Amino acid sequence: MKGEKKKKIVKTIRIDVEKCNGCRACEVICSASHAEPKYSSNNPARARIRVICEPYKDIYVPVYAGDYAPAECAGRDKYTIDGKEYDECSFCRASCPSRDEFKEPDSGLPLKCDMCEGEDEPMCVKWCLADALVLEEREEEVDEEEEQEELAVGLESLADKYGLDKIIDTLTRLSKKE
Amino acid sequence: MRYAETGFNLEIDLTRGNIERVQTDPKDTELYLGGLGTNAKILWDRVPPEVEPFSPENLLIFGAGLLCGTPATGCNRTIVTTISPQTKLMAFSMMGGFWAPELKYAGYDKVILRGKSPDLIYLWINNDKVEIRDASHLQGKGSNETAQLIRQELNEPKAQVVSIGLAGENRVYYASIEQGRSSASRGGGGAVMGDKRVKAIVVRGTGDINIARPAEYFEQCNEVLEYIKWREDNPIPGVIPILSVLGSPQEMAIHDEKWHTENFSWGNARHRRREYWTEEIAKEWFDTLDSARTRLISCYNCPMKCGATITLPGLPTYMMKCFSKLTYTMAAMSNLKFGLTIAQRATEYGMDGYSTPQVMAFALELYENGILTDEDLPGLPSDNEEKFYWLIDKIVHREGIGDVLANGTYWAAKEIGKGAEEYAHNNIKKHEQLPLKLGMLNPIYFLMYCTGEKINITQIEGQFPQTPFPKREHREKFVKDWFQVPDDKFKQYFLDWEPRGENSMPYYPTVPMVCDIVDWMEQMHYIDDALGMCTGVSSFHLKPPYHIHNFPKFISAGAGIDMDEDKLTQATKRYRTLVRAINIRRGLRRKDEKPPETHWKKRFPELEAELLDSYYKLKGWNKEGIPTQESLVELGLDYVSEDFIQRKILTDGEGDTSKEISPEKEAE
Repeated sequence: MKGEKKKKIVKTIRIDVEKCNGCRACEVICSASHAEPKYSSNNPARARIRVICEPYKDIYVPVYAGDYAPAECAGRDKYTIDGKEYDECSFCRASCPSRDEFKEPDSGLPLKCDMCEGEDEPMCVKWCLADALVLEEREEEVDEEEEQEELAVGLESLADKYGLDKIIDTLTRLSKKE
Repeated sequence: MRYAETGFNLEIDLTRGNIERVQTDPKDTELYLGGLGTNAKILWDRVPPEVEPFSPENLLIFGAGLLCGTPATGCNRTIVTTISPQTKLMAFSMMGGFWAPELKYAGYDKVILRGKSPDLIYLWINNDKVEIRDASHLQGKGSNETAQLIRQELNEPKAQVVSIGLAGENRVYYASIEQGRSSASRGGGGAVMGDKRVKAIVVRGTGDINIARPAEYFEQCNEVLEYIKWREDNPIPGVIPILSVLGSPQEMAIHDEKWHTENFSWGNARHRRREYWTEEIAKEWFDTLDSARTRLISCYNCPMKCGATITLPGLPTYMMKCFSKLTYTMAAMSNLKFGLTIAQRATEYGMDGYSTPQVMAFALELYENGILTDEDLPGLPSDNEEKFYWLIDKIVHREGIGDVLANGTYWAAKEIGKGAEEYAHNNIKKHEQLPLKLGMLNPIYFLMYCTGEKINITQIEGQFPQTPFPKREHREKFVKDWFQVPDDKFKQYFLDWEPRGENSMPYYPTVPMVCDIVDWMEQMHYIDDALGMCTGVSSFHLKPPYHIHNFPKFISAGAGIDMDEDKLTQATKRYRTLVRAINIRRGLRRKDEKPPETHWKKRFPELEAELLDSYYKLKGWNKEGIPTQESLVELGLDYVSEDFIQRKILTDGEGDTSKEISPEKEAE
């Protein structure tokens, strides 16, 4: 599967957990800007970024959604940083079966951050006046690889959940109806 | 489809354990907006004046503002409405935090509690599923403790919780409703919640809030955010620090307390300490705040950092904001460390940070003056600070003298007698006020203190500078980018306002000008309270991001209600008048509308009378402060007018300038 090396701008969000004030504006604007039509609704449960908040432990970790993971991982470790105990999951970006994060509330389909393609910067970065979220771009040499489409990821997650045969059956039935 | 709002309220009859999801009338949203406005309408319709605060017939309404849950920055407030046990009037208390947006996402605009539960319970609202659950295991638990225990037992770390502590359970008249980050403290909502035997309301919502005209709405939101950023870099010069920047007064961020500690009164609102703030004290307080404060924190969707997480050695972490930082310290004539430490206990008990310290200082003053004796206070420790811990425990348990003090200074003084009334000297309408004692009457503040229905000065002031700027050139600079004014005349009022001479207080601004200024200030607060907007980015401030010119755009584009400045002004006047009507029906009259006797040393009785007369007139109220038939009808509040006539509060046709004969008169 090794393709050619290619130069690519890699966008990442630099997260400073010390600066986060837990307002969740990132969740608000993310869900609004991914609504169809744009900004027509808002619902943090659909956001592709979440602030893991535990106010009484002074834990505020914004995490933005990464790849879909079909299975639970073994990670149940705890990290102690500056005397505060974090769950390993607090830092994980995966949409996975072991938690509710980064799934559409109605369908359970996985959500993934798209860095707000088309905008000058991700909306969460723009709306974070505390500068807990900062956009970083760097050039990297990467293996050329086709990015999986959102639809394919969604179907894959459905196949994981119900089995591929059932998905094919359902699709066939639906297409006959139309 | 309904926009910005969900169009549904949750009606819960605690007596019968009945839960209903009730669709609301979109017409009411047009007339009363939401939040406070529609809360007031429900209270008027369903709670007649005969209903006592602790009657099952009293309602406890938690209303999310109309725009809560939308991307409008800083729009996150819950408006709590009920009849106050302390004032017997409409309690009108609000809190920021995260609860109101969560309720909207769960699919409801309000939670309306009626009746009384036989046992202590909590409500669990999880989208469409709503349950009444046993809370006997939470009895006596602290408010924060309760919230954490419930999140654990439901395994719902994201659920938002409002809860009461022991003070609410024991119906202390100034018990608060706590939300960890914020609280609805004024007016004793916590006592009514305790009376209804509701320990907490827990919400989780994962639904959508829809916007009528998305692109337009988003543009407005962005403009506000840009302006907030600009204001951060451009504080207003020439005013005290808390007014130069946005946010609820930045008590958690700032260390310099010279202004509060030397201008506000200590003890039972008695002592000015003009030379208090020394370098030594500044250093001590700096270290205290710095070591206790772990992080500055925000409410939902707001970049302001008005709150803080406070962790003191050996005590559970809690969150604090604003002026509670100083109220306990100053009441006890102690230091910041004491204030932050006792506030932890008070927060878990769930008590108002204004009233509680004042009640305790009042009790100790009575003791010092022999009105309360060792017999009344058996076992009172000799250490000053220990006395306060002793008293707060007695109050929340309603033990001995605590049972009397739990009703606040007004009722306690009445019960204690022996001249105790003289010591309950800092109340308006039976409610404890900020400990401010000043020199000469300020007519603007006079009107606000007298007529503010929230009975709390910070909830009506804002917009207009508190004092004139010394030089005309500074004033000219100030008005240059003052686009928030509803009318350019306000710029002129300010330009001509001098610290001394002919154009100075108390006779300038003139009576009509004062009325205009106060009316504008109040209007902006009432808009905030219906929309759920925090006053920290709006009405409390000079030159705020939200104002009369952009609010109509937010409402039209957000809620899809056709709105302009005139229509919004009229709507605000409508529900503002309705709030007054509720209180009038409960007996409020002109005689109750006065500041604490000792608030200003130098008073001007004739001017004060003229101010009230003129302001009442501007508001469409008669000399007693009662809305006239004519103004009620003009606002579409005919049903209020009819009720007033039936109750003989108004006489039909009296004071009506129109010559038309009403149908009732004709029939006579």
